[in-house]
Amino acid sequence: MSALARIAVVGSGPAGFYATEALLRSGVPVAVDMFERLPAPFGLVRFGVAPDHPKLKQVTTVFDRIAGLPGFRFIGGVEVGADVGVAELSACYHAVILANGASLDRRMGIPGEDLAGSHQAGAFIGWYNGHPDAAHLSFDLSAERAVVIGHGNVALDVARILLKTADELRHTDIAAHALNALAESRIREVQIVGRGGVERARFSPKELGEFGDLLDCETGLDPDDLPEGIPEPSIDAGVEARAVAPILRGFADAQGGTGKRRRCLIRFGLEPVRLAGKDHVQSLQLRRPGSDRTIDLDCGLVISSIGRRTAPVPGVPYDARAGIHANLGGRIQAEGVPVPGLYTCGWSKRGPHGTIGTNRACGVETATALLADLASLPAPIGSADALVASLAKRTGHTLDYAAWRRIEAAEAARGRAAGKPREKFVTRAEMLAVAGVAA
Amino acid sequence: MAYVVTDACRGCRYTECVTVCPVECFHLDEQMTYIDPENCIDCGGCAPICPVGAIHPSWQMPAGKSDWVEINRLRAAETPVIAAKIPPLPGADEQARRLAS
Repeated sequence: MSALARIAVVGSGPAGFYATEALLRSGVPVAVDMFERLPAPFGLVRFGVAPDHPKLKQVTTVFDRIAGLPGFRFIGGVEVGADVGVAELSACYHAVILANGASLDRRMGIPGEDLAGSHQAGAFIGWYNGHPDAAHLSFDLSAERAVVIGHGNVALDVARILLKTADELRHTDIAAHALNALAESRIREVQIVGRGGVERARFSPKELGEFGDLLDCETGLDPDDLPEGIPEPSIDAGVEARAVAPILRGFADAQGGTGKRRRCLIRFGLEPVRLAGKDHVQSLQLRRPGSDRTIDLDCGLVISSIGRRTAPVPGVPYDARAGIHANLGGRIQAEGVPVPGLYTCGWSKRGPHGTIGTNRACGVETATALLADLASLPAPIGSADALVASLAKRTGHTLDYAAWRRIEAAEAARGRAAGKPREKFVTRAEMLAVAGVAA
Repeated sequence: MAYVVTDACRGCRYTECVTVCPVECFHLDEQMTYIDPENCIDCGGCAPICPVGAIHPSWQMPAGKSDWVEINRLRAAETPVIAAKIPPLPGADEQARRLAS
C-alpha cells in the first residue's frame, strides 16, 4: 500500500495520543483524525488526574507535540456513537481505533445505593475537575463523616481532596465551584473502606504516602481490622506492594496529639451491606466478609470507587465480563474473529489499570497490529474530508486544535488572576464561545 | 523530585522502562539508562516494571544509592534520549538472577 492511509482515533486521552504518535512516527504514510466528544482534549489527564498532582499534567506538552506532527487533525465536539456512528467512520477510514476509556462506574449493588448523598467516584472526580457533565452536581459536605468505598488510587484521590484544606487546594487547577464548596465542608473524618486485607489493596506507595503529609489531617488505621497487625509482604509481591506495608505501619503507629482537626481512617476487611436514611444517607452498614458481624457508621456522604468499565459503543462487540471492547491485543473481535479495520487501545482495551505511560506501550501495540493489517484492509468507500465537513454542520460546533488552544490560553489567563495554573471553563457553551465556535 | 536509575541497571539495560515512560525522559549510554529529572513527571510507571528493581524515587533512595540522583542529572544531559525498547545487554538475565538472589 502506497497511498495515504486514513485512521480515525476515537478519544483524546493518553491512549489515543500515544496510538496516534505510533502511527504518525511509523514511516508509513498515515493521517490521523482524532475525534473527541468534548471541546477539550486529554481525557483523564484533564478530568481524572487530581488537581493537586500538577506535575503529572505536564504530560500534555508531549500531547501538544504529537498534535503538531504532520497528518494530525483534531475534531472536538463530536461524539462517536451519537453524532456519528462507528459504521459511518469505518466507511470513510481505513481503520478506526477506539480509545474511549472507561467512563462508567461499577456499582456496589446494595440497598440504598441510590439515596441522596451516595455517589460514585467518577461523578465526584468530574465535579472537582470541572468536567462539563459533572460541573452542575452538588455533594453534601455538611455531615462530620464521609466514607469512601474502595482500595485503589482513585479512592485515595477522592479522600485526599475531601481532607485537604482550602489553602492546600487554592493554587491548583481545581474547579472554582468545587473549591468554594470544599472550603465550607464540615467533614472531619473520612474512612477509606476495603473488603480485603492489606495484601489486596491497590494503593501506590507514592499516593498513600501523601496521607502522612496532609496539613490538617492525621491518618490512622483501626486496630480491630487487623488483629494480627500488618502482614509482611510476600516474597513475590511487587515493588509497589512491598513499599506500601511500611507506610501503613507508620499510620498504624501514629500516636496522635498533633492537634490536626481532620482524620482519615484506612479500614480493612469490611464490605458494604446497605445504606440507610430517610431521604438522604445517614448511615452505612458494613460487614466482616464471611461473618455476621456488622458495623454501622453514621455518615452523610458515601462515594464508591470499586472499578470502572468502558461505555459500550453501538455496533462494537463488547466483553461484558471485563467491561471492555472485546479484543485480542487491540484487534476488536466478534465471537473470537477479528473485525477488519476496528481496533482499541488504553482502558477500553485492557481495563482501568496502569499509569499514564502504560498507555504508551499499549498504543504502540495497537498501532503495530493495525499497521501489520493495513495492506489487507479495504480502501474506504467514503471521503473522510466530506464526513468531517458534514459533522461540523451536523453538530454546529466542531473544534480543531487551534480552537482548543484558544480555550487553553483563556483558561491560563483566568488562572493567573486567581493564582492557579488555569481556571477551567466548565460548560460546553463557555468553551465554544471562548474558542470562537458557534454554539 | 524525579525517579532515578541506579547501578542495578548496569550490565542489564532491559529498557522496559522506556516503553512506559509517557514523556520520553530516558537517556542511554553503553551501560545503562538515566532519567532526565527536568522532564520526569513522577508518574511512577517505570519503577515497578524494571525487571531488576533499579529505579527508585529521589525522595526514597535505598541506603548508599543517593549519589545516583546527581549522576542521573549529569548523564542525562550528556547522552541521547531513547524512545523505544532495545534488546538487553548480553548477560542481562544472568545478572538479574544474581541481583534477585
